[in-house]
Amino acid sequence: MVEWTDAERTAISTLWSNIDVGEIGPQALSRLLVVFPWTQRYFPNFGDLSTPAAIAANPKVAQHGKTVMGGLETAVKNMDNIKNAYAKLSVMHSEKLHVDPDNFRVLAECITVVVAAKFGPSVFTAGFQEAWQKFLAVVVSALGRQYH
Amino acid sequence: MLSKKEKKLIKEIWERLTPVAEDIGSDALLRMFASYPGTKTYFSHLDISPGSAHLCSHGKKIVLAIAEGAKDISQLTVTLAPLQTLHAYQLRIDPTNFKLLSHCMLVTLACYLGSEFTPVAHAAMDKFLSAFAAVLSEKYR
Repeated sequence: MVEWTDAERTAISTLWSNIDVGEIGPQALSRLLVVFPWTQRYFPNFGDLSTPAAIAANPKVAQHGKTVMGGLETAVKNMDNIKNAYAKLSVMHSEKLHVDPDNFRVLAECITVVVAAKFGPSVFTAGFQEAWQKFLAVVVSALGRQYH
Repeated sequence: MLSKKEKKLIKEIWERLTPVAEDIGSDALLRMFASYPGTKTYFSHLDISPGSAHLCSHGKKIVLAIAEGAKDISQLTVTLAPLQTLHAYQLRIDPTNFKLLSHCMLVTLACYLGSEFTPVAHAAMDKFLSAFAAVLSEKYR
């Protein structure tokens, strides 16, 4: 079981309540596709991903970014049972989508950078970053758990 | 591989940040110590609490070294030669820690530059910091 301090719970709920998944999600996914271009292999049907501008304007990227970011809601609502809450999604990513679980870690990094850019240094402090990264690491781990 | 455009972008960003090297450097270090407590083990001889003189001077040193490297990226191995020796034979910091600091540096840059830290800038910076770390560890073995 993951132990969360009160400070960590507060940090995560504060950040989450100010995150618009429709805003942050698309930015995080676009960033992933630009900074780590090999991740585009998972989106052969997304249309034009040839330039950063094309990726930023791509409606499928935006829609999918929103979906993925919205998926974090499950973790926020089940902080003490993230492992089990993501079991089905983990199986899906392994057996149906065949996503290398290392990509979850890399996407988490992109989400963190987008959140940092949005909130700036006085809100996204070192302490908030620690809590947020721990939270994402737990989600990443849960998503990779059902891979065999 | 860093393109000409990317090298120019990186050089410009670090030129702009040189006057606030202390703020940027100490912010990145603090973030690293908070998220990756193992990194603190290398600083047991210093006071690295927020705002401390050691933290500020150390952060400044690191950012100025990165900015110096950014001035002519094709010459990284030459520019970093003395630091390579220092890290390999004296400091002997496990190179996996370079990745941790690089990540926190990206977060600091995102915090301070906001929307200006575009995906393109992020990609270039990530590549540069990886190359920097790789050169820094070249003399380790």
